[in-house]
Amino acid sequence: MIQLYYFAQIKELTQKKEETILWSEGTVAELIKWADETYPGFTDYSWQVAVNEEYVLETEEINPGDIVAFIPPVSGG
Amino acid sequence: MNPFEVTSEVLSPNRYLRYVTHAEVGAVTLFSGIVREWTNGMRTLFLEYEAYVPMAEKILAEIGADIQRKWPGTRIAIAHRIGRLQISETAVIIAVSSPHRQIAYKANEFAIEQIKKHVPIWKKEIWEDGEKWVGEQSNKPL
Repeated sequence: MIQLYYFAQIKELTQKKEETILWSEGTVAELIKWADETYPGFTDYSWQVAVNEEYVLETEEINPGDIVAFIPPVSGG
Repeated sequence: MNPFEVTSEVLSPNRYLRYVTHAEVGAVTLFSGIVREWTNGMRTLFLEYEAYVPMAEKILAEIGADIQRKWPGTRIAIAHRIGRLQISETAVIIAVSSPHRQIAYKANEFAIEQIKKHVPIWKKEIWEDGEKWVGEQSNKPL
């Protein structure tokens, strides 16, 4: 299992702010593929991926127990 | 107190001013980011901020550590508010202290630039006739 977090416009697309999904192994790119199949239009948005609160590349491995967040372009301040 | 926090409480500058003040300090710069009503002729009714709180607090602390490496002798506190904010409320406070003023000014500006680029916080503008996440970029063809 991995924990997923969605924010801002991504949260509005998925209509949830978090969920837990089954996951044995795979990269960030594979998770993005899953997300785009589950939520049509997902890859039309811009975002970065954070695994366990660190920004990562799409080649990064995701392991069971990880926390993965999709981070749209930030606009704090 | 937590000097790097994301909170839904009203922000008041005094506690951050106090936190960064100590005997070697000769200057404190205190920046407040305020909710603005008018932007390029568009009237904002209110703003909604949300954050990935644990990661946002972590990156705020990293910005603080970065400032202390660049400008030794500084002390920093940063607070960002989330939730619904009305016009003229404070969204962010940055307090930087230093023995002399030049560095306190410079480091404070560096902090807000870094916040705008890296900290996972999002702002939604709500107008009379619509709303939009700021920074929203859809690659979807029109």
